[in-house]
Amino acid sequence: MNTLHQSWVMTQRDLKHWQREPWTPIFGIAFSVMLLLVFGFLFGGAIEVPGGGDYLDYLLPGMFAMTMLFGVETTMAAVTQDTKRGITDRFRSMPIHSVAVPLGRAAADLTNSAVQLAVLMVGGLVVGWSIDGSVAGAALAVGLLLWLRFAVLWIGIYLGLVLRGEGALMAVQVLVWPLAFTSNLLVAPETMPDWLGALAQLNPVSATAAAARDLFGNPTGITDGLLADHAVLVALAWPAVLTAVFLPLAARAYRNLSR
Amino acid sequence: MDPLIAHGVHKRYGDTRALDGLDLEVAAGTVHALLGPNGAGKSTAVHTFATLTRYDAGEVRVAGHDVRRAGAAVRRAIGLVGQSTALDEVLHGRENLTLLGRLHSLSAREAGARADELLASYGLEDAGRRKVSTYSGGMRRRLDIAASLIRRPSLLFLDEPTTGLDPRGRNEVWAAVRQVVAEGTTVLLTTQYLDEADQLADRITVMGAGRVIAEGTSTELKDRLGGDRVIVTATDADAVATALGAAADPETGQVVVEAGPDGGTAALLRVVRALDAAGLEVDDVLLRRPTLDEVFLHLTEGIGR
Repeated sequence: MNTLHQSWVMTQRDLKHWQREPWTPIFGIAFSVMLLLVFGFLFGGAIEVPGGGDYLDYLLPGMFAMTMLFGVETTMAAVTQDTKRGITDRFRSMPIHSVAVPLGRAAADLTNSAVQLAVLMVGGLVVGWSIDGSVAGAALAVGLLLWLRFAVLWIGIYLGLVLRGEGALMAVQVLVWPLAFTSNLLVAPETMPDWLGALAQLNPVSATAAAARDLFGNPTGITDGLLADHAVLVALAWPAVLTAVFLPLAARAYRNLSR
Repeated sequence: MDPLIAHGVHKRYGDTRALDGLDLEVAAGTVHALLGPNGAGKSTAVHTFATLTRYDAGEVRVAGHDVRRAGAAVRRAIGLVGQSTALDEVLHGRENLTLLGRLHSLSAREAGARADELLASYGLEDAGRRKVSTYSGGMRRRLDIAASLIRRPSLLFLDEPTTGLDPRGRNEVWAAVRQVVAEGTTVLLTTQYLDEADQLADRITVMGAGRVIAEGTSTELKDRLGGDRVIVTATDADAVATALGAAADPETGQVVVEAGPDGGTAALLRVVRALDAAGLEVDDVLLRRPTLDEVFLHLTEGIGR
């Protein structure tokens, strides 16, 4: 109970940040919208979806998943900053549970991403994206996207605590791009060379995007393979695995900081 | 019960012995300074005492609790002000305090009341509703200290609290430290500034290479280096040196006369009389005690980094 209260206090701190310096989250959303426009309209005309369907309908769930993936930067940046400033050490020298601080960060970042996702969905609907699935299906799709964000969060916290050298954040910011591209987020893997397509299918974010497309009633661009039949299950499993690995790692890194 | 007792504390990082058998006892109600150059192990010591760093061997008890076995109890008894100010720059000064108060399980109202109390005590009332990013260095440090006092800890660690501050900010922080002690909190302070230890500390432990090199009050440490000396500056240093029966320093051109057992003032009078009798003109005559700087350089001489 106490731990949850402490986490909530930590979450409130972040909410206050956005209230006072709204440009950071606004810029984050603007960036997603810009990507949506670039891929939807600039490149979109030249891209065909295997199995047919409108590219914009294919793209949007991919953009959602990409936004969740890029959340790793937001989380890592916040954790790195607190650690460098000594704020994390102060918390660690106080009588609060070692899980409270990371959990508070998790709640704040999930809230941030939920808002981002909502804005992006509305923006998508405005430019012509359509939801052809059931309301329950759409809700499950949103849930799966946030589930991916939840897993990515722990990776961000872990990296933020462990990689504190100059440039570590920049390296992550650069490396998320090939990670995002080697997936089905923007282009169907079936149009890629076999080896690359196989790799792209294995990308955890591919499962989430495929499941979201399926649930929103959008074209999946998949005609064959595991994701054709069991995308939702895989989209549940991948983040679970990532969380199972990185949550304990993050908790340990927090406890062992400066040891 | 002593707020802090450490015996034979060892901590290695790879091949580096950050703490190499450190012994330390801090008496209640005092300011105790850990003085040493960079790399002496001061911060490692503080991190160890504050449960942030696990030590390899030895024993540390803080407020009667074993640091290794009862970390939670230790954390309830201490406050830590680290080397970099641990403040949220975006939040207001008061919000920083209420945030920490609520993390300490105070209700919103209690946290607010405590925040106002601390802002008033540390001269920050007017700045309470401004973002920390607009604060001066001295204000930040004071808020940082206030932020570590929310639960009235019995022992406060201050890790190089004035590093990087201008003289005004340093004076502000010194005043804050004196107030902390006046309100009943014991302070363990690390510093590489001798005048800071001299000004604030009741006892000084000089550290080097993870060990204690010397310990005592400022006066005791100074006495170790011998007594007062009279320093004469003159154009004709050799003539002065002959008249006083001392040697001229070839580098500075000054003549240094060590005081005898009858003290510095008697030595000064003797020097002046001798100079007068010889009819010598001088530029300056100075009576001086050894500074803590000299003590420090003397003590840490030859200690490998």
